[in-house]
Amino acid sequence: MSDITAPVHVPHDGTDAEARPIFTEERRILGIARSTWPGILAPIIIGIFALGFWEWIVHARSIPHYVLPGPWLIAKTLVADWGTLSGSLWITLRITFAALIAAVTVGVALAIVFTQSKWLEMSLFPYAVILQVTPVVSIAPLIIIWVGDINLSLLICAWIVAFFPILSNTIMGLNSADHNLINLFQLYKANRWQALRYLRLPAALPYFLGGLKISGGLALIGAVVAEFVAGSGGNASGLAYRILESGYQLRIPRMFAALIMISVTGIAIFLLTSWISHIFLRKWHESAIKREN
Amino acid sequence: MSAAAVLSASTDEASKPRPLVSIRDVSKQFANGTIAVRDVNLDLARGEFVSLLGPSGCGKSTLLRMISGLGEPSRGTIEWPTSPHDAEGHASPDLGFVFQEPTLMPWATALKNVMLPLTLKGANKRDAEAQAATMLSLVGLKGFETSYPRELSGGMKMRVSIARALVTKPSILLMDEPFAALDEITRHKLNDDLLKLWWEQRFTAVFVTHSVFESVYLSQRIVVMAARPGRVMADLTVDAPHPRDDMFRTSAQYADLCRVASQNLKKAIAG
Repeated sequence: MSDITAPVHVPHDGTDAEARPIFTEERRILGIARSTWPGILAPIIIGIFALGFWEWIVHARSIPHYVLPGPWLIAKTLVADWGTLSGSLWITLRITFAALIAAVTVGVALAIVFTQSKWLEMSLFPYAVILQVTPVVSIAPLIIIWVGDINLSLLICAWIVAFFPILSNTIMGLNSADHNLINLFQLYKANRWQALRYLRLPAALPYFLGGLKISGGLALIGAVVAEFVAGSGGNASGLAYRILESGYQLRIPRMFAALIMISVTGIAIFLLTSWISHIFLRKWHESAIKREN
Repeated sequence: MSAAAVLSASTDEASKPRPLVSIRDVSKQFANGTIAVRDVNLDLARGEFVSLLGPSGCGKSTLLRMISGLGEPSRGTIEWPTSPHDAEGHASPDLGFVFQEPTLMPWATALKNVMLPLTLKGANKRDAEAQAATMLSLVGLKGFETSYPRELSGGMKMRVSIARALVTKPSILLMDEPFAALDEITRHKLNDDLLKLWWEQRFTAVFVTHSVFESVYLSQRIVVMAARPGRVMADLTVDAPHPRDDMFRTSAQYADLCRVASQNLKKAIAG
């Protein structure tokens, strides 16, 4: 049963403007619309069953914990080693977000520069592509040697992986403004800055946010991969290093704990970027609008 | 009263005051070799409502875009004898343009969309808001200031587009088949409201259409064009008084005028 709120009264002025839509409000449970609950509950129930099965099979087959620890043991390790692991998580997070911020700044700035000057785009874009297609694992050792500072090296590696989707999506977005709107801006003799501020940047926003969603995950992957490379040299302390270290010491439950922390971080970043995207687009963009039919 | 007498050819050039727009021997050839417009001569008087009527491909939209300044003629001149000119001697007339689609910014509210021309001119924000709000209520959209384009119907979006074109109080409003995509009922209503705005605000209106009925209902003058290459075939005066309303739309006079305009269009299509 939905409650139907009364339509907003509009003075009768003889136009189709009177056709104010009648909004229907869905019933909420714990502040969340009823129709979204199955989407939350179904994966949770599946997860609980899977974890139960995992715990059961570890006990039933007496699998040693250095081969496959049960979820309960992993959880206990996570709590017991929280001090060390949370410190590592903090380091990985810092690099990830610094890289993401750098990727957004450089990606958007370069995209704007490229769309203002075709010459710059033609000359520089191929190098951006080269940077993107070169596997970060293969250049990470070089970067670590050249840069010297380990945190900065990791930041550069994660940035290399994360910045391309933002650059390429934002370029596409800046060029996707409605052609007639561009003509309209010409008619009103808008300058470049006005066309950028009032037309190209807003038109690019959905594309940029799509790039941000991809880059958020990539920044984490870039940071973890670079840490693996750096970690094998023994001079890093992020979550990837904890995984390597636990592997060497056969502390498999701790390895799983660190792995879970990376996954959860990735999910959190995805949710965060999706939420940001939703906030910016919910009022006007097709992707963020619920349709009823 | 015979229809031929009602729809007569335009009167002599000499008796008219200086036109708002003077189009002389204008031709337009596109890069691919297509001649879109050939040797058009046309004067647009200040305050008149002119329709450019013709089949698709007759260059009526191209001509309209050249008048607006969005495309240069390949040959010939378009002059604005009474409008201000910039330092380089180019005319900078104050004009409004309505495209075939509403062409609104989807990320901006109706009010922000209407404000755009004022914002681009660097107008004070509060003044711009006030003027845009007034314009929105003039097109019948009071109460929809904060609505986004996606929340509006096709007809309402077109109203926003017209409000945006008129918010700078231009001396000329150029419209490129603005109501072609709308259903007939909405189109009639928008035709009536457009005429009312024109009657009250006295801008010069140039209306591109392929509908005989629409052009006769709206205009004081119909320029009939033919295709391949686009050229002017007839210049008709619609000798019926404004303001017009539904009574006019059902009158015998309207039917007569439509028949004559149709015959001219048919002749133009036949070449």
